[in-house]
Amino acid sequence: MADTTSPTAATVVTKSKFQELELDLRLLGMIGALVLLCIGFNLMTDGRFLTPRNIFNLSIQTVSVAIMACGMVFIIVTRHIDLSVGALLATCSAIMAMLQTQWLPQTLGLGLGNPMIWVIAIVLGLVAGTAIGAFQGWLVGYLTIPAFIVTLGGFLVWRNVAWYLTDGQTIGPLDANFLKLGGINGTLGTTWSWVLGAVAAAAAVWALVNARRAKVNYGFPTKPVWAEAVMATISVGAILGFIATLNAYTIPERRLERMFEARGEIMPEGLIVGYGVPISVLLLLAVALVLTVVARKTRFGRYIFATGGNPDAAELSGINTRWLTVKVFALMGFLCALSAVVASARLANHSNDIGTLDELRVIAAAVIGGTALAGGSGTIYGAILGALIMQALQSGMAMVGVDAPFQNIVVGSVLVLAVLLDIVYRKRVGVK
Amino acid sequence: MATPLVEMKDISISFGGIKAVDHVSVDLYPGEVVGLLGHNGAGKSTLIKILSGAYKADAGEIRVNGEKVEIHNPREARDLNIETIYQTLALADNLDAASNLFLGRELITPMGLIDDAAMEAECRKIMGRLNPNFRKFAEPVSALSGGQRQSVAIARAVYFNAKILIMDEPTAALGPHETQMVSDLIQKLKAEGIGIFLIDHDVHAVMELCDRASVMKNGELVGTVNIDEVTDDDLLSMIILGKNPAAAA
Ligand SMILES: Nc1ncnc2c1ncn2[C@@H]1O[C@H](COP(=O)(O)OP(=O)(O)OP(=O)(O)O)[C@@H](O)[C@H]1O
Ligand SMILES: [Mg+2]
Repeated sequence: MADTTSPTAATVVTKSKFQELELDLRLLGMIGALVLLCIGFNLMTDGRFLTPRNIFNLSIQTVSVAIMACGMVFIIVTRHIDLSVGALLATCSAIMAMLQTQWLPQTLGLGLGNPMIWVIAIVLGLVAGTAIGAFQGWLVGYLTIPAFIVTLGGFLVWRNVAWYLTDGQTIGPLDANFLKLGGINGTLGTTWSWVLGAVAAAAAVWALVNARRAKVNYGFPTKPVWAEAVMATISVGAILGFIATLNAYTIPERRLERMFEARGEIMPEGLIVGYGVPISVLLLLAVALVLTVVARKTRFGRYIFATGGNPDAAELSGINTRWLTVKVFALMGFLCALSAVVASARLANHSNDIGTLDELRVIAAAVIGGTALAGGSGTIYGAILGALIMQALQSGMAMVGVDAPFQNIVVGSVLVLAVLLDIVYRKRVGVK
Repeated sequence: MATPLVEMKDISISFGGIKAVDHVSVDLYPGEVVGLLGHNGAGKSTLIKILSGAYKADAGEIRVNGEKVEIHNPREARDLNIETIYQTLALADNLDAASNLFLGRELITPMGLIDDAAMEAECRKIMGRLNPNFRKFAEPVSALSGGQRQSVAIARAVYFNAKILIMDEPTAALGPHETQMVSDLIQKLKAEGIGIFLIDHDVHAVMELCDRASVMKNGELVGTVNIDEVTDDDLLSMIILGKNPAAAA
């Protein structure tokens, strides 16, 4: 035992090596559940579940729900709910699809494939989503209609606005550049993926070092150095492992051949090219990073949590909780539009049923990820892990060949069980 | 005579049919402690919440330093250097002491992000003065005892250089030692020229700390007296019977 004296005299309680890591037990539990799930499915499918190909697919299937789940965390933390996210996604998707295929070509004369068309479509789609979200937030915050009712109404309204805009037709094909945001059609390639991995790993280490330095500066208690080193090693290992896996999924030979043919070149013999990190996953990571900073380090985020913890106290502290509600719902609307980009690009067209049942998946992801419906607590990484767990469960059961009705029965039961576990955990730890 | 720090004139507010505050006038001078007394539901908290911006009066006017002001929300009250310790404490239970201390006025790094480390350092400093036994800086305030929570609420009101301090039963949850520390704090703030409205059910404490006392009953003002000129019993009879001793004597 070399170095177990802690810097402050007040805490002389001896800790075990494990406790000194100061791990977030809930995070550990969720990662544990995901790992168990993956290993279980992998055994049942004779190793088909944990292949680079399947992990790649799992990642791109999770993105759309995970992006919205991040926004749902803020909604639920402020003691609201949004039942309209799937429908809002459909409306945004319909707007962007119509813009690309009909409205922009007809009004501005921009044809499909014009380099500007996907940019304009996405910008207008994001604006529409944000505006609709803000409008719903205004109804909740200023007119004090319960969010449950506003978004239940929105659920019907926006699902059918989408239908009206497209006459219920499937709209496609979508712009080729737009499709790059969907997953398989747009990846960074192996080299850039490694660069990204290196940057991310460096940033993770830097963040740990920086946090420690700030604590030392103010003379606050810190973890032992070895514990920090273990954390850094695990973070870097996880990041690089993920990148290596996505890089290991190689583009099928025939597809690669066609890509070379399209460019009028001939594929070199024996060439192997990995996909690397999909742009959609990168988008999710960016959203997660920005929103985590927002939640922890900005006034906006602090006020979201304060309002969720005690709305009266927030109000008495001079926080404009009504305007805050508008902003939170506007952010949710923005993220729905972003998810609409990813979802429709992944499917290569807008279909009338896009986003159906997403509201339930999104709420379930946030709740499985530890967001308390009572408000005041929740994390972005938790919601993403929740979305991953749900998607792994769904894909795994499909691979194993579980009948469709049983798949939904299991998913529903898992949601209830997850919340029960969370309640037990909170009682144990004594946090509210 | 100097201009009063605060004048609340003819203030009225009703909730539904109940006249919670009915044509009440009180004032406060620099370096003065004015006690607000009255039975439960007399309207004390409602009156001071009008000053702190939580409620908007139906009628009446407020003057600060002789100037007529409109206080629409708690932020505007804070801008007038009015700080309040609410009876309910108004703490966000899920946040830690430092976050509550700075809620609505967070310290910001040059990059525009919240400077948690600096806030915790400041919080440790002020808690060291107010309640040296306070250790729970990392926990959410829901994990604190009633008295510790009250200390956080007091710290929040005195940290920001208030000119006008409203204390709604600040010692309700405190032990004798901590109560004594709050009394010392009130004396010190008073010496610095801060005006304090103190709501307290303890008549002895009011006799000890206050210069004047205003007594309310059923939303109306019974009267305002100089503490030097009355006894404990006079105050008690004002509270219970609603009669002004000056009139009775
Ligand atoms: N938000 C509100 N809505 C409706 N009625 C209210 C509200 N706030 C206070 N009241 C009523 O106004 C009256 C005065 O309440 P107030 O809280 O000011 O009393 P108080 O003098 O502070 O009492 P206590 O000593 O118990 O704290 C009470 O009858 C109360 O029921
Ligand atoms: Mg009261």
